[in-house]
Amino acid sequence: MIEAKTLPTNYVTKPGAIKSSSGKTLRTEEMIVNMGPQHPSTHGVLRLEIIIDGEIINDVIPHIGYLHRCFEKHAEHMTNYQQVIPYADRMDYCSAITNEWAFALAAERMLKIEVPERVEYIRVIMAELQRIASHLIAVGTYGIDAGAFTPFLYCFIDREKILDLFEMTCGARLLYNYVWIGGLSHDLPPKFVEQTKEFCTYFRPRIKMINDLLTYNEIFVKRTANVGVLPKDVAINYAASGPMLRGSGINWDLRRDDPYSVYDKLEWEPQIGKGEVGAVGDCWDRHIVRMREMEQSLNIIEQALAKLPEGNVQAALPKRIRPDKDAEVYVRTETPRGELGFYVVSDGTASPFRVKARGPAFVNLSVLPEISRGAMLADLVLIAGSVDIVLGEVDR
Amino acid sequence: MALLHQRFENDNVFVVPFDKFLNWARLSSIWQMQFGLACCAIEMMAASASNFDIMRFGVIPRATPRQVDVMFVAGTVTIKMASRIKRLYDQMPEPRYVISMGSCANCGGPYWEHGYHVLKGVDRVIPVDVYVPGCPPRPEALLEGIIKLQDKIRKDSYLRKPAK
Amino acid sequence: MTAQDIHDKLKAAFGDAVQEAKLDAMQPWIRIAPNRTAEVCAWLHDQPEMKLDYLMCLSGMDYNNGKLGVVYHLSSIEHKHKIVLKTECPKDDPHVLTVSGVWGTANWHEREAYDMYGIIFDGHPDLRRLLMPDDWDGHPLRKDYKVQEFYHGMKVPY
Repeated sequence: MIEAKTLPTNYVTKPGAIKSSSGKTLRTEEMIVNMGPQHPSTHGVLRLEIIIDGEIINDVIPHIGYLHRCFEKHAEHMTNYQQVIPYADRMDYCSAITNEWAFALAAERMLKIEVPERVEYIRVIMAELQRIASHLIAVGTYGIDAGAFTPFLYCFIDREKILDLFEMTCGARLLYNYVWIGGLSHDLPPKFVEQTKEFCTYFRPRIKMINDLLTYNEIFVKRTANVGVLPKDVAINYAASGPMLRGSGINWDLRRDDPYSVYDKLEWEPQIGKGEVGAVGDCWDRHIVRMREMEQSLNIIEQALAKLPEGNVQAALPKRIRPDKDAEVYVRTETPRGELGFYVVSDGTASPFRVKARGPAFVNLSVLPEISRGAMLADLVLIAGSVDIVLGEVDR
Repeated sequence: MALLHQRFENDNVFVVPFDKFLNWARLSSIWQMQFGLACCAIEMMAASASNFDIMRFGVIPRATPRQVDVMFVAGTVTIKMASRIKRLYDQMPEPRYVISMGSCANCGGPYWEHGYHVLKGVDRVIPVDVYVPGCPPRPEALLEGIIKLQDKIRKDSYLRKPAK
Repeated sequence: MTAQDIHDKLKAAFGDAVQEAKLDAMQPWIRIAPNRTAEVCAWLHDQPEMKLDYLMCLSGMDYNNGKLGVVYHLSSIEHKHKIVLKTECPKDDPHVLTVSGVWGTANWHEREAYDMYGIIFDGHPDLRRLLMPDDWDGHPLRKDYKVQEFYHGMKVPY
């Protein structure tokens, strides 16, 4: 049988001693438990090595790399910048549009292209629809982690309606190759605006329904309040982003603080965790930030649909993508998981010299050991679920 | 019940070869192992949700390999993961089947050329029964894959071939 | 603060640790010596007018001229300014001082740079491979990397 070697971390379990009720001293020892790559609740192939003392976690060591698909190597060997976009799609597969947009933004900044305004508005609409779809997956699977199966089914019904909108536009349900460098691959089909408006009116009461089912459910609140508290200074030091950062009370959203595209022309509010049922920065806060962000996304979509100008979405597609020799740029965008950054370096040829993808889930996952020490073993599932990792982005 | 509906003529008795009966029972309740690796896992989850509903085929997700009939390898198999997949396959009790879902599990997918860490097809470590193409395959394609697996199980036989 | 201000203050505080700068690029960068990274980054983190407390990204680089390098993208949540730092080290003896004491997030980024490029970060608490298996040969993202033919009996190339 094939045996791969993973060297154990140099951890020596610590012995301890407790006094039993009869006065004798019992020798105890820590235990190393493996929450292996195949596990129904790790949201993908993540291996957690948990060092526990009874039920209390002393340390968690995440082992990643089980989905390392060599994105950066492929990006260096593609014959064209445009060919990198399908690989960028597959990094964070739950929200593909935002990945493509981040890479296209990086290339457009290097080439100094101005995209038409219609393209900007359509990109915003697609990204916000994608944000809702991604948060529905996060919320649905988080419910399963806590033991609630029904919200998962309801979330996926709503998600199918969003995927119908995407399929109508570009033909694909999950991985689109839609946002191209300089524009889009297809313009919106004739019925898109009308159906999206219908979706917005349909979805708003569904958020309240999911809140009633899951978020304010007493069992869910008891399981997630005061669990996995992420303090503010730890969050900034570990460069957490997205709902992880905002759940800890820090008012930082890249769409407002490092703006790109037309987000500064639309009215919306970043949502912050306030510690309504427990400490600020616990799992419930991160969950409620995601739920409220879905509502804000609906506001953005409705405003963008109203302001959508006419134009040709393929007007600015460049014939040759060949940036200057020493052009290099780091571009960051706000994806549903946080700050996705692409550091692209060009050497004057048609293929990139170096593409580094800074995945938000990769950085957010490194906080996991800090926030789970002292928690119970059963809480670890919920803490790992509240980080909302997608292994394609962690491992790239 | 659709198989038997209004098929009885006189008495409620029908005679069927034993292995056909056993095969019918087995193909109507194929239990799967929740084993999503990458993007295809999201389509597998969408297939088990309400719109496409894989449970009407009898496919129930189980968490442990000891209780399943089929393993959907949904997503890219990396070299680091390959030995774990082999171990999980060995833990499945026989008769066991593998459905390889998506291009990455079939042949390495879009990562075939420069993927130094991608295993070019899960059939390099375990035997595969049905290949479902697509990147990612639609949930309907996965359902067709299950139907093909059901056809394969329908033809299974327990009797050894007579000695020559 | 503009990039010019940051560069001037850095030069005043550290002198020859600041080797080169390109302040008219689209994203201005400053190159520092590889064995002084921890001091410079701690100073940038603690100075109240800089307060570069958010390490956005740490990337390994292979410059294809016998040199490896590390690129740091820093930003400040309070002041909202950004700066890029770079270091370089020779390929046959790549040593860079770690900054994981300044930003906790650098821990995993540096492990990945070690895994992909072979850059050894002196003083790192746990420098192991992160993404590849522990007994893999070579550092995959180097420009002269040749993939191995077999790994534990599995054929690696197509």
